[in-house]
Amino acid sequence: MNILQKEFRHIFRDYRTLLIIIGMPFAQTLIFGYAISTDIRYAPVAVLDYSHDVETARLRSRLFASGYFRDAGEVYNNDGIEQAFRRGTVKMVVVFGDDFARRLQTGQGVSLQLIADASEANTAHLLTGYAQAIVATFLHERMAEGGYTATGIAPEITMRYNPAMQSAYTFVPGIICLLLMLISCIMTSVSIAREKELGTMEALLASPLRPTQIIIGKVLPYLVIAFVIGLLILAIGALVFHIPVRGNLFLLLGECLLFILLALSIGILISTLTRTQQTAMMVSMFAMFLPTLLLSGFIYPVENMPWPLQWLSAAMPPRWFIIIIKTIMLKGGGLQHCAKETLILAAMTFVFLSLSIRNFNVRLK
Amino acid sequence: MMNVIETHELHKAFGSFTAVDRISFAVAQGEIFGFLGANGAGKTTAIRMLCGLLKPTSGAATVAGCNVFTQPEQIKRRIGYMSQRFSLYEDLTVAENMAFYGGIYGLRRREVRRRADELCRRLDFGHARHTLIRDIPPGWRQKLAFLTAIFHHPTIVFLDEPTGGVDPLTRRQFWTLIYEAAHEGITVFVTTHYMDEAEYCDRLSIMVDGRIVAIDPPETLKKRYHADSMNEVFLRVVNG
Amino acid sequence: MIAVTNISKRYGAVQALSDVRFSVDRGELFGLIGPDGAGKTSLLRILATLLLPDAGEATIDGLNTVADYRAVRRRIGYMPGRFSLYRDLTVEENLRFFASIFGTTVRENEAFIRPIFAPLEPFRRRRAGALSGGMKQKLALSCALIHRPDALLLDEPTTGVDALSRKEFWEMLHELKQHGIAILVSTPYMDEASRCDRVALIRRGQTGQIDTPQQVVAQFPHRLFAVRTDNAYRLACDLPSWPTLHAAYPFGACFHVIDRRPHIDISAELTAFLHQRGHSAVECLPATPTMEDCFMEWMKRDESE
Repeated sequence: MNILQKEFRHIFRDYRTLLIIIGMPFAQTLIFGYAISTDIRYAPVAVLDYSHDVETARLRSRLFASGYFRDAGEVYNNDGIEQAFRRGTVKMVVVFGDDFARRLQTGQGVSLQLIADASEANTAHLLTGYAQAIVATFLHERMAEGGYTATGIAPEITMRYNPAMQSAYTFVPGIICLLLMLISCIMTSVSIAREKELGTMEALLASPLRPTQIIIGKVLPYLVIAFVIGLLILAIGALVFHIPVRGNLFLLLGECLLFILLALSIGILISTLTRTQQTAMMVSMFAMFLPTLLLSGFIYPVENMPWPLQWLSAAMPPRWFIIIIKTIMLKGGGLQHCAKETLILAAMTFVFLSLSIRNFNVRLK
Repeated sequence: MMNVIETHELHKAFGSFTAVDRISFAVAQGEIFGFLGANGAGKTTAIRMLCGLLKPTSGAATVAGCNVFTQPEQIKRRIGYMSQRFSLYEDLTVAENMAFYGGIYGLRRREVRRRADELCRRLDFGHARHTLIRDIPPGWRQKLAFLTAIFHHPTIVFLDEPTGGVDPLTRRQFWTLIYEAAHEGITVFVTTHYMDEAEYCDRLSIMVDGRIVAIDPPETLKKRYHADSMNEVFLRVVNG
Repeated sequence: MIAVTNISKRYGAVQALSDVRFSVDRGELFGLIGPDGAGKTSLLRILATLLLPDAGEATIDGLNTVADYRAVRRRIGYMPGRFSLYRDLTVEENLRFFASIFGTTVRENEAFIRPIFAPLEPFRRRRAGALSGGMKQKLALSCALIHRPDALLLDEPTTGVDALSRKEFWEMLHELKQHGIAILVSTPYMDEASRCDRVALIRRGQTGQIDTPQQVVAQFPHRLFAVRTDNAYRLACDLPSWPTLHAAYPFGACFHVIDRRPHIDISAELTAFLHQRGHSAVECLPATPTMEDCFMEWMKRDESE
């Protein structure tokens, strides 16, 4: 009972920690509540129309009127589909075969194909489901109106990049992202905070070492460790789950390095702002771990989130990194397909690194 | 006079390393007993065994009438403990610290308040009852820590380097408190690196490499080693 | 070598240092003597370029600790109050690490630190965290000296260390002086003052007398008497009722007593007084004041002002 009472006193006296403890679940519940919305709205969908007739026009307008899809323009051949997917600008392509209206009206089987980007398996599943339902209703109505006979109306579905719809395709990139973030960010921030807490930083500071020397020396080992772990997960993905690396392996590793560097610089920044290992740990967890999990698009598609959260998500490095890994690993894209994301990560790295070096005090406070 | 600590061949080994080597001694009630030794001589291990925190390897010992092997919990209830490193919670106030320690030893709330009042009056400290420990000057903190350690009127109080870094005036006030406690019948078991403080003790033991090599009143030790001060005695004993 | 000019420093409402000034020469062992919270650590950190003073300036070998802090860092050896070595590294690894961050090697300076490092030789492969207090302190000193600094700043190196290790430590410092190093050492142990060439007493951020320990003691303004009887507790109770008492406090095996009248020998008078109070085996002799007596006198004077 005494310990209990005393512990409450400790807790209430340290109101900052209390705020975090109370505030985090509050924020989390809100974020979860908004983030978990399974239905998708306005997903970008492109059309490849070999018919361009009155019926395809009707079906297209029906699809885009549903609110589930947003017209992301037309593509003109298979290569166009591939480019759109790699660039990540569309989630699904609807392909209308030749002679759509005539075949429909004469009762011959129409050719309708739904190609989804299954590197996000859940999204792909949902989108094709919606589209199938709309197409079915559409055909049913058209038949009732025109008295056609119903044959061969089921659309053909292609899950691009992940034909077997394995969840590993989604979680392996997510895990790479999560682990690299955690190791780099938490381990650096804690190791620097430990030197402060144990007093060894005082001896380091009193030496002629420059802050950059201290930082590089502290950070390099974790860079190596994180990189090795990244390799390990890729190997497990390839050997156990048979997830291929379709793009350039060296490009992928280079992007991993960039991301690790970014996470390390965030770790350093956190350590310059905290005094003890415990707070460094807590801040890293709350600032990095949960956002990676919730806002990066790893579990919940970013498109489903309300605007404020999408903005917040845009500020999260993991979000961009996940896109990069998926593009290179699953879609076989090159640097030109993830140039924007790479630039964003590079800019973030630059900002965080210069902030943390500037913040790294050459004296005690 | 009754003995409150009695050890017979008390022994503690960690693996192949002997920390405390069959020590036998006794401390009488109300005595101020100085427990000296070089760093690493085994003092801390010995104190931990006597406080019921560490199980001895062999031998026998009773503290406050309880067996250190079988009754460590009863021992803990009958002793007080204070060290330089850990004493009071810095983020709690004076009153809260006392309430906590009083509560641990099962004092009633009213009793805690009565003793806290008395203690604050004794130290002329009433105005600072609701001050956080971290805002109190270091010298005062040590005195408060001591009085908190004897808050529940223990049979014995163990003090592990209680006066490190304390100014000479406060250090003496601290010893005045020790004398008063001893006068009330509390046995004081104290370690210190200040050899002038060793002189304030009724009796001293000096540990070297896990063994007690000398145990006597300071005057006797000084005569035996032909020394003017305990500092000289200590250096001679420890140097072998 | 070390020059401190009118340094002040405050943290919020607490004045940690006010207007401190002194200097330490090459080959001089200078002691900063005062209790915890006196401002010793703040002062040493300012000299080690780790804190910025609010006012005043400090130089080491003519280099300003604020403006030329990087050059100063190359010339000082600093041993912080808290054990600041890596507990999970071995003795040897620690030494090598500290040599490397100062751009030197252990081999280059092995001879220089040998007198200090010799007792650690058998424990080269032991983890620093597993060393005893005295050994830790020797290792920390070795690490602070590995780059042959011109000035050595030691923050309470002997706190928590046993009397024998302390004695050995001071002997090492005296050897180091021979190399022309300026040594500034802080300590809460008054008895260590006599081992310094010069001392500054420090309390509440202010320095008192700065002089050789002999001079400080010689300037003690009172006559001091050492009193003892067969019962110390009763003596403590009875001494305050001595009519012309200035101060009485326990000191080792005796009580030190100072009378309000500066130049009078009170031995006989006081012995009679104590006999009259029922004490036996009364001994009352003139005594030589120590640094601790001086410090307490300074505190007392301060408080009465």
